[in-house]
Amino acid sequence: MNGLTFDIAHMLAGGLVLVSFMLLYQDRLYALLNVYALHALVLSLSVAWQAYVQDAPHLYVTAAIALVFKAGVIPIALHRIILRLGIHRDIETVVGIGMTMLAGIGLVALSMVVMLRVTPDADPLAREDLAFALSVLLLGLLVMVTRRNAIGQVVGFMALENGLVLAATGAKGMPLVVEISVAFSIVIAFVVIGIFLFRIRERFDTVDIAALDDFRGERR
Amino acid sequence: MIAAGFQAETAVLVIPIVAAIVLALLPSYRVTAQLNVAASLLTFVAALSLFVIERPVPGEYLFVDDLNIVFIVLNAFVGLTASIFSASYVGHELETGRLTAANLRFYHAMYQIMMFGMNLAFVSNNIGLMWVAVELATLSTVVMVGIYRTHEALEAAWKYFILGSVGIALALFGTILVYMAARPVIGEGHDAMVWTLLVEKAADFDPALLNVAFVFLLLGYGTKVGLAPLHAWLPDAHAEGPTPISAVLSGLLLNVALYVVLRFKILLAASPDAIAPGPLMITMGLTSLIFAAFMLYRRRDIKRMFAYSSIEHMGIIVFAFGMGGPLANFAGLLHMVMHSLTKSAIFYAVGHIAQIKGTQKIADIRGLTETHPGLGWAFLVGVVAIAGLPPLGVFMSEFLIVSSTFATQPLLAIPLVFGLLVAFGALILRGTGIAFGEPTGSTAPSNASYLPIYAHLILVLGAGLYLPPPLVGWFQHVARLLG
Repeated sequence: MNGLTFDIAHMLAGGLVLVSFMLLYQDRLYALLNVYALHALVLSLSVAWQAYVQDAPHLYVTAAIALVFKAGVIPIALHRIILRLGIHRDIETVVGIGMTMLAGIGLVALSMVVMLRVTPDADPLAREDLAFALSVLLLGLLVMVTRRNAIGQVVGFMALENGLVLAATGAKGMPLVVEISVAFSIVIAFVVIGIFLFRIRERFDTVDIAALDDFRGERR
Repeated sequence: MIAAGFQAETAVLVIPIVAAIVLALLPSYRVTAQLNVAASLLTFVAALSLFVIERPVPGEYLFVDDLNIVFIVLNAFVGLTASIFSASYVGHELETGRLTAANLRFYHAMYQIMMFGMNLAFVSNNIGLMWVAVELATLSTVVMVGIYRTHEALEAAWKYFILGSVGIALALFGTILVYMAARPVIGEGHDAMVWTLLVEKAADFDPALLNVAFVFLLLGYGTKVGLAPLHAWLPDAHAEGPTPISAVLSGLLLNVALYVVLRFKILLAASPDAIAPGPLMITMGLTSLIFAAFMLYRRRDIKRMFAYSSIEHMGIIVFAFGMGGPLANFAGLLHMVMHSLTKSAIFYAVGHIAQIKGTQKIADIRGLTETHPGLGWAFLVGVVAIAGLPPLGVFMSEFLIVSSTFATQPLLAIPLVFGLLVAFGALILRGTGIAFGEPTGSTAPSNASYLPIYAHLILVLGAGLYLPPPLVGWFQHVARLLG
């Protein structure tokens, strides 16, 4: 593999980590969704580049799914849900932005240390991809735990799934089954979440998870 | 004959999926409840036939071996009794208006999809497909947990969904890492995800990569097993969903995740330089056991209490498999079967109790043996069994686990026995409180069938008194497979 293809792949995967950091400090729902759309766009570019580099045309399908579905349909649908339900547009975060960013840096460092150490023999592209993918996954997890809002958590979850797609495409020649299943699981996840949000709206005036927490079964 | 084997293998998958479609289309709930039972019965017959007919050669996607056949048959059996219980349970829910006919149509279709997902996880020979199947089974139970649409049910389903998805995401990352480890040895493509091939070649895999992969897999699927500290979804999901689903969650779905962990444990054991998975599993198992044992005392909700008891028993089982060796593995397998049977029987009983008394609060249920002797005594036997008293089957498996631990690692037996005793105290305390005392609540007789409860308890009692030698031989063989 020549230097340029590697550099571009590296840049795109690194870009995904960067956008994950951007997700961390958003405190408005719309802004969060926009950054998520950007996240999915970078992912789609990264996957498309991998498809080109690995000469694996089936990966273009994954890239297209990321582009159309995750960067387009889902953010728009969530926008409309927010409008329809009249959800409060500020996001309450559990800890301050500064602490969250520091934790994020720590997680990225952790994933670099873990993944680069255990894969000395793998080819450099796959290796770096895995390390980046783990970072994206952990940052998605961090987004989930620092948001009280249901939509914030969903976005965190989807960012986490993007990390998984990055890992799956980085693993050269991984059977298509898995990519499709990842995309498919997102579809299902979204249907489920859609139903959930709807039902939650039926009963509550808020999609804030904290409101749900008030109804702990133990305290009845 | 081999063709017949292949047919049986696909039948356990095709029957539920066809049934799900039919059930989704039929409007009448009476017919669908019975069809649900019929489909589960057919699946059970197909699963049983796997014992007698010759097995097909492991395919690229599906296979049957000595390990998963135990799980398939157990799954189909509890699936069958749960569908019988469910038929009488949902009838009552419809009368009281907690569920509508449209809900039920959805519920029955989802029930079969869940059975399909679990069976697929068992028979899949491809680690990617296995992951998809576990995910499918999880998602179908998520929507069933939320079916009552109350505040509590929605919270439980949401929590289950979020935690389950995070777990499943970690598991997928682990799966990808296993593929990465296998690729240099087996080559690119499908073959590097076929479990039977992976095990053959595991000795040549990069051990460091396998180690990291196993940690992700254990954490990921461990969330679904309900191991502490990743168990938070489990009590809510059990307490707020319909009781047949609680029974299936405890009795079957936890086993599915456990089965997948075992598959990867075998893979790791085949690689000499990889870390031993034992200590990790022992630690998580003991933590779950002791944590859940103490949590049992503070429960006020009857279904929640037995959910914690499931965490406790899953901890014991994971501990046993972590100890390894033929005896501990044998005990772990036996305990898993006994726990599935006993716990689902208890949930059936609890479902009837909650419907008769109209409450799930432990404090409001008293003197059950006086008002409903058939149900009350069966419930008490179930509690005694799950607490681990002789002569029931759970006692035997727990005894084997404790004695094998004493033989190999005496120090580890101390926290194990401690946890068992603490849990024992809580269960007997609450169980006798419910069974005896001044009767409270409704004394109206119930016309529900207690057959599924009795069938399970008789099996558990039978296994405690006498295990047929062929069965013992079979279990021993599987225990050796587990390494």
